[in-house]
Amino acid sequence: MIELKDIYKIYGDGEGEIRALDGVSLNISGGEFVAIVGQSGSGKSTCMNIIGCLDVPTSGTYRLNGTDVSTMKDDELAAVRNKMIGFIFQQYNLIPKLTVKENVELPLIYRGMPAKERAKRAMEALEMVGLADRCTKMPSMLSGGQQQRVSIARALAGNPSLLLADEPTGALDSKTGREVLEFLKKLNEQGNTIVMITHDNEIAKEAKRIVRIQDGKIISDEKGRE
Amino acid sequence: MGIKQAFSLALKSLMTSKMRSFLTMLGIIIGVAAVIILVSLVNGFKSDMLTTFEDMGLNLINVNIFARGSNRQVDVEDMYEFAEENSDYIEYISPTVTVQAAPKFGTDTAESTSITGVNEDYVYIQNYELTSGRFLQYMDVQTRQKSCVIGSYLAEEYFDGNPVGQSFKINGSQFDVVGVLEEQADSTEGSADDCIYIPYTLARTLSRMGTVSSYIVYARDKELVDPTITLIKNYLYGIFSSDSAYRVMALAQIVDTVNELMGTLTVILVGIAGISLLVGGIGIMNIMLVSVTERTREIGIRKSIGAKRSAIMSQFVVEAATTSAIGGIIGIVLGIVASIVVCRLMGIGVSISVLSIIVAFGVSAGIGIMFGYFPASKASKLNPIEALRHD
Ligand SMILES: Nc1ncnc2c1ncn2[C@@H]1O[C@H](COP(=O)(O)OP(=O)(O)OP(=O)(O)O)[C@@H](O)[C@H]1O
Ligand SMILES: [Mg+2]
Repeated sequence: MIELKDIYKIYGDGEGEIRALDGVSLNISGGEFVAIVGQSGSGKSTCMNIIGCLDVPTSGTYRLNGTDVSTMKDDELAAVRNKMIGFIFQQYNLIPKLTVKENVELPLIYRGMPAKERAKRAMEALEMVGLADRCTKMPSMLSGGQQQRVSIARALAGNPSLLLADEPTGALDSKTGREVLEFLKKLNEQGNTIVMITHDNEIAKEAKRIVRIQDGKIISDEKGRE
Repeated sequence: MGIKQAFSLALKSLMTSKMRSFLTMLGIIIGVAAVIILVSLVNGFKSDMLTTFEDMGLNLINVNIFARGSNRQVDVEDMYEFAEENSDYIEYISPTVTVQAAPKFGTDTAESTSITGVNEDYVYIQNYELTSGRFLQYMDVQTRQKSCVIGSYLAEEYFDGNPVGQSFKINGSQFDVVGVLEEQADSTEGSADDCIYIPYTLARTLSRMGTVSSYIVYARDKELVDPTITLIKNYLYGIFSSDSAYRVMALAQIVDTVNELMGTLTVILVGIAGISLLVGGIGIMNIMLVSVTERTREIGIRKSIGAKRSAIMSQFVVEAATTSAIGGIIGIVLGIVASIVVCRLMGIGVSISVLSIIVAFGVSAGIGIMFGYFPASKASKLNPIEALRHD
């Protein structure tokens, strides 16, 4: 489903150039749960930005579900993100002045879905994360763990082919972090493809597959728990 | 994203900071209200003025003859004869002879009184009403009777409101008051009520003018004013063989001039109010730019979950337009209320122009779109990665 081939991402040029990604090739199939692990500055976020179609590589090709997205323009990438990718951020990134339900509806709005269907889908997604009863609350009225679950609901609402989580437990205490992690595992068991970025080996171990990255290169690719 | 959603989103974001939204709108509110107030003031003033002229008579034509020193002359009999021949057009004609003199009431001298020599028809020409006595009559004029009709100011000031039968002096000759005109203005010194009408036959002597050089003509109908002017001009040209020897002008032409003047005034005033709208627009742009910066992260979130440029763009443009349009509506309400109050206070008719309301609203919404465009386009071009990192 994800095919990265010889991906380079180079910032700056000449002497001062930084190879944030230095020839990365990686294939991820549907239904996998992959953790991308590495130290700070190793290129994890850069990698995730490219997988998430927020950015395009300097060179190399990236096929997502068979389509080459590495040369797409802004608006085309936006459409791909909207349909195929659900983001789960470290900082939840909910919009504070919208209610929980409106936040979850947001990707569907940009898809142009009619209001009725949108509301139904959003409620379904909120039920999955067990927060349907909070749908009219503002995000600021929820705990960190709950907010992260709302952001998972938002990612799920659009029924994407890929869930992309960037340090999803980074802002949570270890207990709540666990819960979120367990939830991601459950989603994976239900058939969702998940790519999780983390610097924490303990968390990475929970994934089915662990990809280690250092200085923009993949240094190992191994199986995790099973 | 539909326009309806963009609109409700915009309202929501305006409601979250009411004070700021209000201050942002203030420029637009003031601008729109000013346009409406100024236009209705000028309109009210104009229509009042026109009614005044209408009262004075749009049928009136002034004729002035400058043929001094020329060996050709037109005397009153010639003009009467001409009017008689053209009675299909001309209903009344009266000479108007201005006398430069200060009348003496006992020991008091009135300095600002206007003394005019006219004939018996003048009362119909000007549509005057009398509060007591009668106007000058044919016999007064023909027999050079020293009778006169005076305005309400003089009647009040010098005769305690009861002047008929009493007398005063002009240049030493004694005149008897035969009638008092109804109040025209406010019965003050120098106003239209500070006047004396005497037979033109006497006025000619008093002013030491051999011939009468100005007339007032009353056309049978407003529609006949223009052909009548042509008739009079042709007649006078036939006598003087020069068109600089006379001037024939309708009062209606003065109305046109006033209209033109008011038009210019409106443009200037509305232009000034327009500057306020422009300033309001810049205020909106400023706040929208601040808002884009403040909401960089929100924009990043929206973009990351799939908002296209156009969606972000329309969100911010609609927000700016909504701010401005709401300001416009408040301004319209304020403008209407203030127009009514100001017009009442100034004692002129209230006439609020619907056009000015429509234009003011359109312009304010347009300004929102125009000045919202730049901040919105800036927002739509933000890089989602950088925007997400923003705090
Ligand atoms: N916009 C940019 N301009 C220049 N250099 C950049 C940019 N973004 C990232 N880099 C550089 O690329 C390298 C990889 O950065 P990246 O953000 O991917 O690291 P990371 O693994 O996510 O680190 P962390 O765990 O601290 O988030 C770093 O050296 C970083 O300085
Ligand atoms: Mg990072």
